[in-house]
Amino acid sequence: MTKKLVVIGNGMAGARTVEEILARNGDFSITMFGDEPYGNYNRIMLSNLLAGVEDEAGIYLNDLSWYADNDITLNAGVKIERIDRFAKKVYATDGSATPYDKLIIATGSSSWTPPIKNIHNPKRGFHQGVFAFRTLDDTRGMIRYARDHERAVVIGGGLLGLEAARGLQNHLSDVTLLHAMGHLMERQLDEKAGHMLQASVENKLGIKVITNAMTTEILGKDRVTGVKLADGTVIPCDVVVIAAGIRPNTQVAADSGLTVERGIVVDDQMRVQDEEDIYSVGECAQHRGNLYGLVAPLWDQAKVLADHITGRDTEAAYTGSKLSTKLKVAGIDVASMGLIAPETDDDEVIIYSEPKKGVYKQLIIRDGALAGAILVGDNSKAAGLIQSFDRAQALPEERAEMLFDIGGPAGEVKPEDMPDDAQVCNCNGVSKGAICGVVNAGCKTVSGVMDKTRAGKGCGTCKPLVQRIVEWAAGGEAEEDPAASWYVPGVPMPKPELMDAIRKYELTSVSAVFEKLVPGGEHDAKSKMGLASLLKMMWADRYVDERDARFINDRVHANIQKDGTFSVVPQMKGGVTTPAELKRIAEVAEKYKVPMVKLTGGQRIDLLGIPKEQLPAMWADLDMPSGYAYGKSFRTVKTCVGSDFCRFGVGDSTALGIAIEERYQGLEGPGKMKLAVTGCPRNCAEAYVKDLGVVAIDGGKWEIYVGGAAGAHIRKGDLLVTVDSPEEVIRLTGRFLQYYRENANWLERTYAFVPRIGIERIREIVIEDTDGIAEALDAAVEEAVQAYKDPWKERAVPATPGQFRTSLPLTVLPQVPVRS
Amino acid sequence: MTITPLAPTVLGPLDEIPLGEGRTYAVGSEMIAVFRLRDGSLRAVSAVCPHKGGPLADGQIDNKVVVCPLHLYAWDLATGCSQSGQPPISVYPVRVDDGHIILGD
Ligand SMILES: Cc1cc2nc3c(=O)[nH]c(=O)nc-3n(C[C@H](O)[C@H](O)[C@H](O)COP(=O)(O)OP(=O)(O)OC[C@H]3O[C@@H](n4cnc5c(N)ncnc54)[C@H](O)[C@@H]3O)c2cc1C
Ligand code: HEM
Ligand code: SF4
Ligand code: SF4
Repeated sequence: MTKKLVVIGNGMAGARTVEEILARNGDFSITMFGDEPYGNYNRIMLSNLLAGVEDEAGIYLNDLSWYADNDITLNAGVKIERIDRFAKKVYATDGSATPYDKLIIATGSSSWTPPIKNIHNPKRGFHQGVFAFRTLDDTRGMIRYARDHERAVVIGGGLLGLEAARGLQNHLSDVTLLHAMGHLMERQLDEKAGHMLQASVENKLGIKVITNAMTTEILGKDRVTGVKLADGTVIPCDVVVIAAGIRPNTQVAADSGLTVERGIVVDDQMRVQDEEDIYSVGECAQHRGNLYGLVAPLWDQAKVLADHITGRDTEAAYTGSKLSTKLKVAGIDVASMGLIAPETDDDEVIIYSEPKKGVYKQLIIRDGALAGAILVGDNSKAAGLIQSFDRAQALPEERAEMLFDIGGPAGEVKPEDMPDDAQVCNCNGVSKGAICGVVNAGCKTVSGVMDKTRAGKGCGTCKPLVQRIVEWAAGGEAEEDPAASWYVPGVPMPKPELMDAIRKYELTSVSAVFEKLVPGGEHDAKSKMGLASLLKMMWADRYVDERDARFINDRVHANIQKDGTFSVVPQMKGGVTTPAELKRIAEVAEKYKVPMVKLTGGQRIDLLGIPKEQLPAMWADLDMPSGYAYGKSFRTVKTCVGSDFCRFGVGDSTALGIAIEERYQGLEGPGKMKLAVTGCPRNCAEAYVKDLGVVAIDGGKWEIYVGGAAGAHIRKGDLLVTVDSPEEVIRLTGRFLQYYRENANWLERTYAFVPRIGIERIREIVIEDTDGIAEALDAAVEEAVQAYKDPWKERAVPATPGQFRTSLPLTVLPQVPVRS
Repeated sequence: MTITPLAPTVLGPLDEIPLGEGRTYAVGSEMIAVFRLRDGSLRAVSAVCPHKGGPLADGQIDNKVVVCPLHLYAWDLATGCSQSGQPPISVYPVRVDDGHIILGD
């Protein structure tokens, strides 16, 4: 039977909770009461409304049609006076009585007024010219009055007071901020940061700030003429705004016999203490002794309440929130979270201070996790810090990275700072505006947006930025994307589960995987390549090779080019060649009139612009093995000349590079594997920025670096280990590559994989063998090595009918320019 | 979608096209990519990708779409509609008759 749900309070918590209940298909007939005569608006935006950067229409979260569409009876402008818990009814000031089966109290807070003489007018609440800053009506009144006056005083130097002061500047010229404590925002900032902020507010914004200012009296008979402080100072003004704190609205609950301390006491399910059918949520609720004055905690509370009241998850529990705040004042960056001062001797404190620029940054780290942070004057790292703080993420060894962008790609571009036409995906030419458009049209998952716009589907470096923009455009309501954890988009499983299932059901072909593991057995073109790679790695020669599962490059062992022709890159181990080889390549290039001959970044020679049907004949004439310059596979080992010829060389890098390439040639994996061996730390072969790079150091030793990159993403590899012999290098290279093959996600290069797993953990597994799998990894890679066949041998007998038949229509296509 | 009427034309034996792959045929002045789906049926579409002229017959398919090998845009094989905001491609009727691929009605 449909139950009657009554909600007291139509503010941010009440309306959000109802949304969450509707999203869970809760079977209720809903009645809401709100003291304010409006639908639900975004209270946070009152600051922007006052500052003139938002208009009234822009701050509504739920307009009246939302209530109608969802069959909610809204009594706007109606205040509830009393709850009868026994008769289960609520009584309103308009004389009505409304029965309920379940009741939610979301009455929020009111602005708190300090005891100041003459602040009230017996007839009309506040003295004329005095305003609180809590509701839309407050804000409207303030704007109307301030327009015709010149000088304002704001009482209270917290977040709200600062935003009020800044907003008032939009309407009058002279604003003074009075703060009773020693420094601004004392709840969120330590003393140094507070002073730094004060300097910026005074110098940059031109707001006068007086601290330790105890306001004792409002002056003026009919209209305000000034305020008086405890020390006798008089500050002349026409407008006074009080932003000295908030008090939860608990009167109704207390009058009705509910348990009220500082707020309405609730349990972890947001139920009012000792009440079966009454819940409370938002600023009026006191949970585990805490009251919250920010919206983030109430989003979490609303979810738990909705889970419980709808029976969707009766075990759901709210366990409290970690708080972080940002000041919404243009030009003044302030962010704060968690502790503002260390509490024990073991707390690690990191401070950076640059008073001239007004920059102050402090981190407090406890047990390796971020316990608190203060940022003044530079919020560029705020998003990342808030995330580390919320999720207690592991922190970088190099603590400075948390405070500054050090080298690397330009880290955190803020979506809100980007112009609409800023290009986000440089490969596919997708702008920020295009991404926001798709989000606004209702697509709120990152992968959905990527599918629709193709942003992030080229080299992929822009993916984190795409994600940030989607999250921003969705107003923090980006939907979690279950597919994000899947190995390929068409099979709903992360890699470890997928591998277990493949083993369990002995699925040796790509179509068998679709048929067994996808509900409905649906095939998916975009998943085939990733599955083919995985199955080949898992089953080696038991893999049933369905050629259509391969990407065209892997069907014809060459890299498709923009005009549909292909490139041919013969193997040249370690970048070492011979005059005879070069002659042969030259003859082939002439015979086939190859449009371009080019040295690659991987130290070999690329013959470009080859029609598909010519490939087998060219391979035969070249009579060299494939260089695998087309697959998600082991590519090349670049080397420098090393000790053979170089004056500085301390190790035979060419010989080792050739040996590594000889052994692991053609090895397929989740991403490309580009390697290098260099003969001394001068690093001519760029080994520090390879998936696996080897550096000879003095004393016959070799360093192995993993996880480096120098493509669109630049990263220096992490030192995995230093070993004594080339044999060791070859063995550990295989073991690392096998670990990567088995555990990386599809298309996850080592530069992402290594930081994800952590170099220490990789060292444990690959070097120290703490998991006891080293032998198995060695055996698996050995099996793959034995299974190597040069794919260019397929030239004699094509693998499928028409394997090398042209697919090129004979229409005019973009032509690659021919160089003579 | 555009379905282009054609007089029936025999393109060649069915086993010219491996299961799950596509091949290009020149029919008069048209270039047509014919795919043999893993469910056994055939689809025929224009061979040129309308985005940058990619050879669609070299693309990967499932039972619904073809993915262009150059920039990985996808088109529905039955309707010719793009799934990623590109112009549509033409689709042609195609069937198997006695082991031969017949294009047209
Ligand atoms: C100017 C301003 C800026 C802010 N900026 C931020 C910010 O940047 N970030 C942040 O996290 N938070 C900010 N906040 C705080 C945030 O707005 C509150 O935490 C949030 O609105 C609390 O939601 P609530 O539903 O608990 O209370 P409210 O939104 O206050 O809703 C309670 C509603 O219940 C009604 N009500 C009360 N008693 C009764 C009754 N007896 N009968 C009927 N109706 C009743 C009230 O009229 C009110 O409409 C800001 C607040 C203000 C005022
Ligand atoms: C379709 C597009 C691309 C083609 C056809 C292509 C082709 C190639 C080829 C043939 C090589 C030589 C490899 C070798 O000798 O083995 C190469 C090297 C390289 N490519 Fe690409 N590439 C493409 C896209 C990219 C992208 C998007 C990036 C950046 C993310 C990139 C980064 C590199 C780098 C850094 C090298 C040098 C490798 C080295 O020095 O070892 N390529 N590319
Ligand atoms: S290559 Fe690129 S950065 Fe690169 S566009 Fe692409 S995905 Fe985005
Ligand atoms: S890396 Fe060292 S050994 Fe190799 S070429 Fe450069 S200087 Fe010589």
